[in-house]
Amino acid sequence: MHARASRYIGLLYVTPALAFVLVFTVYPLAQMMWMSLHNWSLIAPKKYIGFGNFAKAWNDPQVWTSLEFTLKYTAIITPILMILGYLAALLTAENRPLRQFTRSVIFAPVVIGLGASSLLWYWLFSYDFGLINRALIDLGVIARPVVWFGADADVAMWAVIASIVWKVVGFGTILFVAAIHAIPTELSEAAMVDGASYWQRVRKITLPLTAKTILLVTLVSIIGSLLAFDQFYIMTAGQPRNLTATSVFMIYLNSFPYLKLGYGAALSLILAGIILVCTVLQMLLSRRSHA
Amino acid sequence: MSAFPHVAGTGIERARAQRSAAAGLMEGLIRGRRKYLVAAICVAVCTVMLLPLLASVLASLKSTEEAAAVPPTYFPHALSLDSYKRLWDYQAGLPTYFSNSLGAALLTIIFCLALTVPAGYGLAKFRVPAKEALFVVLLLGLIVPYQALLTPLFFLFVQLKLHNSLVGLAIVHTAIQLPFSIYVMRNAFEAVPRELEEAATMDGCNSFQVLVHICLPAVVPAMITVSLFAFITSWNELLAALVIMNKDSSFTLPLILAAARQQTSIGGTDWGMLQAGIVISIIPCMAFYLLLQKYYMAGFLSGAVK
Repeated sequence: MHARASRYIGLLYVTPALAFVLVFTVYPLAQMMWMSLHNWSLIAPKKYIGFGNFAKAWNDPQVWTSLEFTLKYTAIITPILMILGYLAALLTAENRPLRQFTRSVIFAPVVIGLGASSLLWYWLFSYDFGLINRALIDLGVIARPVVWFGADADVAMWAVIASIVWKVVGFGTILFVAAIHAIPTELSEAAMVDGASYWQRVRKITLPLTAKTILLVTLVSIIGSLLAFDQFYIMTAGQPRNLTATSVFMIYLNSFPYLKLGYGAALSLILAGIILVCTVLQMLLSRRSHA
Repeated sequence: MSAFPHVAGTGIERARAQRSAAAGLMEGLIRGRRKYLVAAICVAVCTVMLLPLLASVLASLKSTEEAAAVPPTYFPHALSLDSYKRLWDYQAGLPTYFSNSLGAALLTIIFCLALTVPAGYGLAKFRVPAKEALFVVLLLGLIVPYQALLTPLFFLFVQLKLHNSLVGLAIVHTAIQLPFSIYVMRNAFEAVPRELEEAATMDGCNSFQVLVHICLPAVVPAMITVSLFAFITSWNELLAALVIMNKDSSFTLPLILAAARQQTSIGGTDWGMLQAGIVISIIPCMAFYLLLQKYYMAGFLSGAVK
């Protein structure tokens, strides 16, 4: 009856959120593109330099080091997270008290802050004061304490990976458990009647029927790892020699302590482009899972 | 077997299945043992996951000397609140940092609810023009990571005098949470039965009255989910706080802890105090997780990956 009016009433309700997004997401995005074409700092007057910042990024060895390190970190941690997360889901999927409790415990670190967990692990891995060196020596695994952070980029990366696996493995587990619960029980029962062993059922039924969730969680995890910052800022501070400075870390360094805002914007734009590819893939996948 | 032809289709697999059927008897015998194996793995996994948290709590309760001992002790010899006392007085003092974090988190919750409750209602219940395009713009934050937007946001906030302010920080945290919150709220409003609203409209309620009296009570769980995630995000967020807050007295909890790790690392890190800070910042997250687990899981399963 008053359909036309109600359309605009509906728009009215959406307006505040829309205005917020326009001011605090769309405008900064446009601003970022504009800034990326300038030599822009808070102190000196800005100067149009076209694609100068992008050319500079191309020739900046630190950009390549950071990108390479971020990709390497992502490539190593993603399969670890997926496999451990899935095994934990298989272990705890059944709704029995001990398993449910274990599931809650595995998920618990997900709710605490990345900053707090990184500080916690920075202490655990500390050379003199850390319990990990102490425990490894007591167990006879190593003879002398290991310098986890600051000396060797690979050693530092593995220490960070250990902390992040502890912190986020439960994220995948919870989503995998939900996917496993969505499998019709008749399938498993029929396979059991047929005498399929547990691992055969996992391979033939559980894995194929949760494949979409596995893909989605993998993509979310990849995006998260490509945007890694807190854990490296706190645990390695980019050391040694900025070899463990991730892409976001490098953008942060250029934009804020160095105040090269134009260059930082160009680097941000490049990173946003890389993330965009992953996100579009993720959205295509989740849209298909709705249909 | 015909019930799942794609599962055990080939003859080889059929034979394998029969063989393992014969082994089924054996399996029955070892099933008892497997039960203990699963239980043992569960206990081991729980231990590994809980040990770091336990170690942190214990370390925060060590005396000043013991917290700086090399090699470190596993268990405190005597319990002491020294670390918490030092944290209380550190720089501008724990109360300042705690209330900064709490203030930013509460503002984020308020902003998120104020923006996404009406937006969810509008999107779910009205034929808004260009709805698809609108939805994409509203979910833009999913496509452009906020980490990439901090450079222009910082510049914008300097112009608006919003840097070093809790409102500014809460705005960024709201921008991070907005897509998820809109998604959750829209789904919640869509689940409210249309008959209820129609009856209310017949009785002469306008759309705002329908929202307040009919829809809001039904979407309270979704509002709790939105608030919970807004709190957790804001309480824990580090990078935006690092960029926007550069005055010591405006630091949030994660910020002052990260700073304490660096400032004190020259003259020897105050490990006990850091652990106390970690425990303090973990407590609210854990408490909310335990109290509101249902809402937490609802949020995770509905919107975490979509």
